[in-house]
Amino acid sequence: MGRKLHIDIFRHNPLDPDSTPRMQTFVVEEYTSMTLFLALTHIRENLDPTVQFDFCCRAGICGSCGMVINGRPGLACHTRTADLPEHITLHPLPVFQLIGDLSVDTGTWFRNVGAKIESWVHTSKPFEAQAQEERMSNELANNIFELDRCVECGCCVAACGTALMRNDFIGATSINRLARFYIDPRDERAPRDYYELVGDDNGVFGCMGLLACEDVCPKKIPLQDQLGIMRRMASLESVRGFIPQNLRDKFSCGCGGKH
Amino acid sequence: MRIFQTDLLCIGAGLAGERVAVEAAQAGFEVICLSLVPPRRSHSSAAQGGMQAALGNSIMGQGDCPDIHFNDTVKGSDWGCDQEVARMFADTAPIAMREMAYLGVPWNRVVPGEHTYFKGGNPFQAVEKAENEGLIHSRAFGGTAKWRTCYTSDGTGHSVLFTLDNRLLQLGVTVHDRTQAEILIHDGVSCQGCIARCLRTGELVAYLAKSTLIATGGYGRIYKATTNAVICDGGGQIAALETGLVPMGNMEAVQFHPTGTVPTDILVTEGCRGDGGTLLDVNEYRFMPDYEPEKAELASRDVVSRRMTEHMRKGLGVKSPYGDHLWLDIRHLGEKHITTNLREVYEIATNFLGVNPIQQLIPVRPTQHYSMGGVRTNKDGATYGLKGLYAAGEAACWDMHGFNRLGGNSLSETIVAGRIVGHKIVEFLQGNQVSFSTGAMNDAAAQVRTRINALMHGGREDCTALRNAMQDVMMEHVGIFRNGKDLQMGVDKLQTLLERSKNISLHGGSVKGFTPELSLALRVPGMIKLALCTAYGALMRTESRGAHAREDYPERNDRDWLNRTLALWKEGDSLPTLSYENTTPWFEIPPGERGYGGGKIIVADIPPTMIKTKEGE
Repeated sequence: MGRKLHIDIFRHNPLDPDSTPRMQTFVVEEYTSMTLFLALTHIRENLDPTVQFDFCCRAGICGSCGMVINGRPGLACHTRTADLPEHITLHPLPVFQLIGDLSVDTGTWFRNVGAKIESWVHTSKPFEAQAQEERMSNELANNIFELDRCVECGCCVAACGTALMRNDFIGATSINRLARFYIDPRDERAPRDYYELVGDDNGVFGCMGLLACEDVCPKKIPLQDQLGIMRRMASLESVRGFIPQNLRDKFSCGCGGKH
Repeated sequence: MRIFQTDLLCIGAGLAGERVAVEAAQAGFEVICLSLVPPRRSHSSAAQGGMQAALGNSIMGQGDCPDIHFNDTVKGSDWGCDQEVARMFADTAPIAMREMAYLGVPWNRVVPGEHTYFKGGNPFQAVEKAENEGLIHSRAFGGTAKWRTCYTSDGTGHSVLFTLDNRLLQLGVTVHDRTQAEILIHDGVSCQGCIARCLRTGELVAYLAKSTLIATGGYGRIYKATTNAVICDGGGQIAALETGLVPMGNMEAVQFHPTGTVPTDILVTEGCRGDGGTLLDVNEYRFMPDYEPEKAELASRDVVSRRMTEHMRKGLGVKSPYGDHLWLDIRHLGEKHITTNLREVYEIATNFLGVNPIQQLIPVRPTQHYSMGGVRTNKDGATYGLKGLYAAGEAACWDMHGFNRLGGNSLSETIVAGRIVGHKIVEFLQGNQVSFSTGAMNDAAAQVRTRINALMHGGREDCTALRNAMQDVMMEHVGIFRNGKDLQMGVDKLQTLLERSKNISLHGGSVKGFTPELSLALRVPGMIKLALCTAYGALMRTESRGAHAREDYPERNDRDWLNRTLALWKEGDSLPTLSYENTTPWFEIPPGERGYGGGKIIVADIPPTMIKTKEGE
């Protein structure tokens, strides 16, 4: 027989002046292969049609359904109830603006930070429609894709000590995003340009090194490494003019980057 | 009511919508994109496999060219496509891929030297050429003569979507996410934008636009078992259909993907079979070569899905609490290949099914996957009924897929059509002025308010129950194999549901601000109309072509049915009005055998004036 799951859901509608934040318990019969997507959909379709949460691909690909599951940020769609105790507590991700219940506004947050770090290939070359594509080694393409896999679910931001204290901290996701451009030869930005973007305590120097970001990343992106690489790059850039070039080259050795 | 004004309004911000937006923004026009979700979460991101383009860099793609790509596409469509459009598509695809490389997509590249590849589960060696080192590589997909599918590992949709969205950021395009378009604003002649609902606050917002694009993807959610994301509810098609002026094309052309997983219906990519994965039955016997000796698992999707269903009907499926299924076997590809090139598949199998595909078999069955039909457009992407209204991508029936699309051709279509249609919209904007009518805007807003009020004080029907009933009808009566009796029953049932949908009320009651129940309640009547267009179109098409397989009419009937269904919904009707148009303005390849799938053909007399040789020949 399946278990009876007790699912406690955070409820609050910020648009309703009479609403106060509270927890509400729903009891759901568990069945084989049940995920939190299936459980929450069951609740909305059968028990309370007003519960707010976000799902889209329901396959762990789109990053819509980040929430705090028994105290830990994760994607609800690929969390199987069988891996959780009978008593499940769900909260919205912190840091992001609450829309209602479990739904938060990651879209606006990521759009703003994407514009801030200029998350695009900076090139002075025009596109030549009739020319062959520029060559790239497959290994480099794979390395770029490895960092490009971030789905912007916001779990790393929600788990970040710095982000909880400073709402202008760009988070591990954005540092990873820039690291992706840093190794991409199509992007003509130099270390100095990256330093201007993230060389402060809202950027790479804000990280306290708690590294919960990497622990909770559902895509297992090596966030810690990227943070180290970008921080070393920015540190060396900050001492340009004080420390000779050959020494800086030595320090930056083995540190990714194309420069 | 807040009012926004813009040159181009893109309803939908997946790959097609964003590619069109880029084209218009690059030409200096103002663009607003509306999206149900943040654009990077669009269903385009879930496309794992790749994009077909005849670059011919890889050794298995050697000698490829747009002519061969065009040929595969026409055959794949079972001669149901518009050949002028398919030709434009095949010719433009290589440029569109290179453009995405320029913008930052990390396409996988050619690595020179000897490699082990798989075909039909058997390994073989091939040597990639040194002179092609670092050019865009390609993998095998079903129904193609060459290995033509460009890919980034198994996250192609994700990579291309993020790259395009980066470009939108760079161009400063306005994006309004969590916004649901409810109705188009028009004066009977030209489209002037839409009324949308903000999914943060529930308020209605008006968007006035000189040109409007529908790029909302497919309508797979009219089926219960679908690989489509929960947002693929046909919102764009519904908005167009409900004008009563804009016809849908070939709505009965629905693709089932051979490898939806059981029980979650999550897709595992065709890349599995392209890379050498095989299909096994209850006895772990590989059955596809018995049906399709030549192509086996890599025949086109409609054929593989039908053969799988046929095999399960012989009692050779695997029984499970969720119904019969078959197995997908990728074990022989090895741990390294599975955890790198097929990592997304590995994650889906382990996370959602509790299956480790390195040692275990993956349970699969054919699952609704793609809508070949959609808002009918001409080759420029312009809809038939309203000036200034365009459609692109899966939302549109452009129509390069006909009755079956090839894997890798739809993802490719998004950016190729986006490029071409975007260019045509720019021309339209440069040559036209639009006078906005506040009357038309207020009428449209009043209609939405009336609908919402009716739901607040409606009858007793529950929108979720009606949607579920519709999905069950579609699975039972309008599935992979179809016949007149079942289809008629399906149409009857859907008509009853449509009637009942006039009495929906919100069971959660009135909520301040936004409530998800209202979003669904507003959609369900339109979804039932789309379902009726599909079922009724299928009932009237008394032949079998591509994905449309009639048990009572097994022949492909070129004599009577070499045409495209147009479905128009006149106000107050309970059925669409169907009419038919020529499939294609001319044939570069006259109708013939596909070379897989079998089946008889009733031959057509094609007038010589409709046969075209390639330009310049």
